[in-house]
Amino acid sequence: MLILECPYCGVAADETELSPGGEAHLVRQGPGSSDQELESYLFGRKNPKGVHFERWRHSYGCGKWFHAARCTMTLEVFATYSAQTPVPPKNVINAIKAKRPDWEGWT
Amino acid sequence: MSEAISVLNGATFDGFVSIKEAGLRGMISVRGDFAAASFTKAVSALTGADFPAVNEAKFAGDYAILWMSPDELLILCAYENAQADADKLAADLAGEHALVANVSDARALFAMSGELLREALMKLTPANVSEDAFKPGQVRRTRLAQAAAAVWMLEDGSVEIMCFRSVGDYMFKLLCNAANPGAELGL
Repeated sequence: MLILECPYCGVAADETELSPGGEAHLVRQGPGSSDQELESYLFGRKNPKGVHFERWRHSYGCGKWFHAARCTMTLEVFATYSAQTPVPPKNVINAIKAKRPDWEGWT
Repeated sequence: MSEAISVLNGATFDGFVSIKEAGLRGMISVRGDFAAASFTKAVSALTGADFPAVNEAKFAGDYAILWMSPDELLILCAYENAQADADKLAADLAGEHALVANVSDARALFAMSGELLREALMKLTPANVSEDAFKPGQVRRTRLAQAAAAVWMLEDGSVEIMCFRSVGDYMFKLLCNAANPGAELGL
């Protein structure tokens, strides 16, 4: 069972109160991008075993989208943070590095 | 105009906690910028209640302000006054980036009371409803079984539960089943 703390209302929300939104921090490729960039934007996903950044929506609660950094293998949650950021904030990166020193880092 | 009737017309159930369909209540959904003083003042002026902090409910007589999300409130009021109050608030907020809607007939409201109501709730929701986490004056939006709901505590041993009117019958049956005499958890 996964419990994420919504950064907007501070509620510790169970997985069943949330809606998953897939991988976070995708960069949109629109008109003008190459076929390969568009294909990778639409279909290319990291699917790592380990540290992963995801979008979630607190759909049974305040209704806000937020981001979560967690481990796909152990379900350990490193941090949840605002969705209004194109890259993971520094404190989130640091929180992950503190627990996973050999993590290859955000790319 | 036809006579308004609440979803279960005041149905009651006496289990190890008592459950009552709370009848008609005015509900006004308000969205706006909580950081704007003009917005918070207008809401407080209408209701006479303080502006709630995150996950809080503030009560004043017939009125209550419930915190729903970082930009949404629910105002409870007398059913008869809901449209007039909504119109008044909309007029007060004219020119602001805000939205006011009378949703009284779209919702169902239940009152649950009894010492063991936390036991009944915890059968239905993944939310932490223990005494440490859920206190009087707090609102928790969550799900009860498969229906979205908001639960707020008036005082220890008394909560109100709001859901969509379309699932009102389902909600009442859920609550009754959870409160069935003999089905106490014995915690």
